[in-house]
Amino acid sequence: MTAVRLENVHKSFGESEVLRGIDLELADHEVVCLIGASGSGKSTLLRCVNLLERLDAGRIFLGGEEITRRGVDVNAVRRRIGIVFQAFNLFPHMTVLRNVTLAPRDVLDLSRREAEQRALELLDRFGLADRRDEYPDRLSGGQQQRVAIVRALAMRPELMLLDEVTSALDPELVADVLNVIRELAAGGMTMLIATHEMGFARDIANRVCFLDGGLIVEEGGPDEIFARPKQARTQRFLERIIEAGRL
Amino acid sequence: MASEGDRRADPEVASRRSRLLSGFRLEAEGAKGVAIALLSTAVFIAVVIVAVTQSAGWPEVKRTFFDWGDISSSFPDIARAFKLNVEIFLVCEVFILIFALILAVLRSLPGPVFFPLRALATIYSDLARGVPTILVVAVLGYGAPALQLTGVPRSRVFWAGVGLILIYSGYVAEVYRAGIESVHPSQEAAARSLGLSRFQAMRRVILPQAIRRVIPPLLNDFIGLQKDTALVGTLGVIEAFNQSQIDTNATFTYGAYLAAAALFVAITIPLARLTDWLIARDRRRRQAGALA
Amino acid sequence: MFLAAGALVLALLALAAAGCGSTKKSSAGSTTTGSSNCAKGDLNLVTPGTLTIGTDNPAFPPWYGGTPHKPWQVSDPRSGEGYESAVAYAVAKQLGFAKSDVKWTHVPFSNSFAPGPKSFDFDINQISFTPARAKQVSFSDSYYDVNQSVVVNKGTPIASVSSVAGLKPYSLGAQLGTTSYQFIKDKIKPSKQPSVFPSNAGAVQALKNKQIDGLVVDLPTAFYVTAVQVPNSKVLGQFPAEPGGEHFGMVFAKGNSLVHCVNGALTKLRNGGTLQQLQQKWLAKATGAPTLK
Repeated sequence: MTAVRLENVHKSFGESEVLRGIDLELADHEVVCLIGASGSGKSTLLRCVNLLERLDAGRIFLGGEEITRRGVDVNAVRRRIGIVFQAFNLFPHMTVLRNVTLAPRDVLDLSRREAEQRALELLDRFGLADRRDEYPDRLSGGQQQRVAIVRALAMRPELMLLDEVTSALDPELVADVLNVIRELAAGGMTMLIATHEMGFARDIANRVCFLDGGLIVEEGGPDEIFARPKQARTQRFLERIIEAGRL
Repeated sequence: MASEGDRRADPEVASRRSRLLSGFRLEAEGAKGVAIALLSTAVFIAVVIVAVTQSAGWPEVKRTFFDWGDISSSFPDIARAFKLNVEIFLVCEVFILIFALILAVLRSLPGPVFFPLRALATIYSDLARGVPTILVVAVLGYGAPALQLTGVPRSRVFWAGVGLILIYSGYVAEVYRAGIESVHPSQEAAARSLGLSRFQAMRRVILPQAIRRVIPPLLNDFIGLQKDTALVGTLGVIEAFNQSQIDTNATFTYGAYLAAAALFVAITIPLARLTDWLIARDRRRRQAGALA
Repeated sequence: MFLAAGALVLALLALAAAGCGSTKKSSAGSTTTGSSNCAKGDLNLVTPGTLTIGTDNPAFPPWYGGTPHKPWQVSDPRSGEGYESAVAYAVAKQLGFAKSDVKWTHVPFSNSFAPGPKSFDFDINQISFTPARAKQVSFSDSYYDVNQSVVVNKGTPIASVSSVAGLKPYSLGAQLGTTSYQFIKDKIKPSKQPSVFPSNAGAVQALKNKQIDGLVVDLPTAFYVTAVQVPNSKVLGQFPAEPGGEHFGMVFAKGNSLVHCVNGALTKLRNGGTLQQLQQKWLAKATGAPTLK
């Protein structure tokens, strides 16, 4: 069963076309990593999937249903997709617990008790239960990002989109977040992950897509892509990464 | 037994010692600075006092403005009249905060379908801020009852209050708008991504942050409102400023103005300090969550 | 920040302390200016050779009459018509000024007593003498003894009141700067808070709108209000004159010796029957109102 499918997706911002015809398919429980230089369109792609951006052309399907059709209930679609951003984007005026229970209560109509129970289970699972009454500014970057992931998970999404979630973190905090993601993958969550962490991608991905200039230049299993890239552009990109000591 | 020289060589002791010494140095410099500031301020005050009291008109000004008997005898009536000013601004402020919020939210509705609402809210804000408040109060206070329509209240306090609400809502709506726009769009993106509707995102995520950010300018407008309650006096109603004018005209001296001014200042200062405290307390909340 | 606040407080306290030195003796303020000789050439004037008289704008009947020309509105003080205009010119003539030597200047009421040099030799503007006011300015003798009266809309409950006590439950108004408000507070003592209007226009509009039940003004002004300004209104009645009475006087800078010369002129006009004549001519209507007791 296809969890999500992108068909010939085009997206421009003003004059510049950022996505030039993306075709991509994820099966249930698949973990796909998007790699590519900044500006290659990874973030835009993710934001298109959860309808934060409107397509200029093409279609997107979630679980077989076209979510880019006219008259679609955007809020209902977004309930089914969880997204975590590079900048965490926790709500600073709410405690950790409230951050996590807000959407389950207001959108899923869970009672306060149910929502808090769900939230505490998740926070506990990821080692954050003791932070539940803190405000985000008291947490480290890594803790905030883990809370952001928990917040998305509390909605029990079908699909998780992770947009460079460790890029803004200090190196020693990255590992904790990556471990959370590993756990999710092990638990069978369908995930589309944009990342610079090549070692992690190699580790966790079922498939890796290399994005360059708004197109998927090459895709395949992690070993194929990292060890035996076919396209010249992919090779050049990986060379630069290796030079920077990140692979 | 270690010698003093050995002790001083210990790095931890050394760092503590240098911190102490540099602290003393800073303190000494700070004390000198304070002394200079005090001295120059005292000199400045002395110069001002001499210049004022030596001027040709000073005796007359002293007699007409600063007569203590004058000020103190007018104070009770003015204080009593001041109650009306307080009642007016307390009631009006509630309506202003609500109406202005509605205007600001209307102004932020996106998309072509909401254009008429956005345009109306914009025009309203422009007009409300462009027209002098005193005119609106006069037109409403005298004009509305003059229409003699049934059901239209005659009360001048009512119409002055309506005028103040209409005008100030224009200003406060702009303040709210600035607050809403200052909340990073990633906050809305995060809220919408969780499936919250636009209304829910506004209510739970954006407005709470927006309002916290604009508490200082909101309080500023509130303080301005307190002064403008005196405009109901132009309609003949006796409030603090009108009462001070009555006293002034009766005695041909201005002590009453000082008494009225003192009352207005007395409520402004606590509010201003409250504003400062709120800003300081809110500052730490703003650090997290909005990294671009 | 604290330093600035402290400095400001200190400065204000210092000023206040300087100000709070006893100012009971008002004579400390001004000096008697000019000589006591009332020859035209010896008078203490703002502009030598010209008598500069101040009054407010608009200039209302019956105090002023004649077609107004810019900048004056409603009436024109320069016309010589209207009681105050006539008295002013009569006084000027006594002092030796021809009509062409008299200059009128617009003095809003609040400027008539503002500290500092005056822009007029005297101000004539229905200003009542009170002892408190006389500490800050000099008043001439009376040129008109005032009766307060009350104007009401016909056919309203207040219109059937026939005594001072009967006015108590109503909302009354007066104009700022007149002694009418004090009269309301001291003599009528109404149960409803009265109103005080910064201008005649506001007071009149409020009466028209029935936002006040009755307007307390001096009797001559009351007749103008009912005749011209508020349709369907009437003078309910006048209040009995006080012993010692309320009176209008011209206002001079405190200690200006000119007041003595003007008083001399007024005495002559009074003794010669001129004041009485002018009152007959201009204020005749102002006698026919019932007295409220």
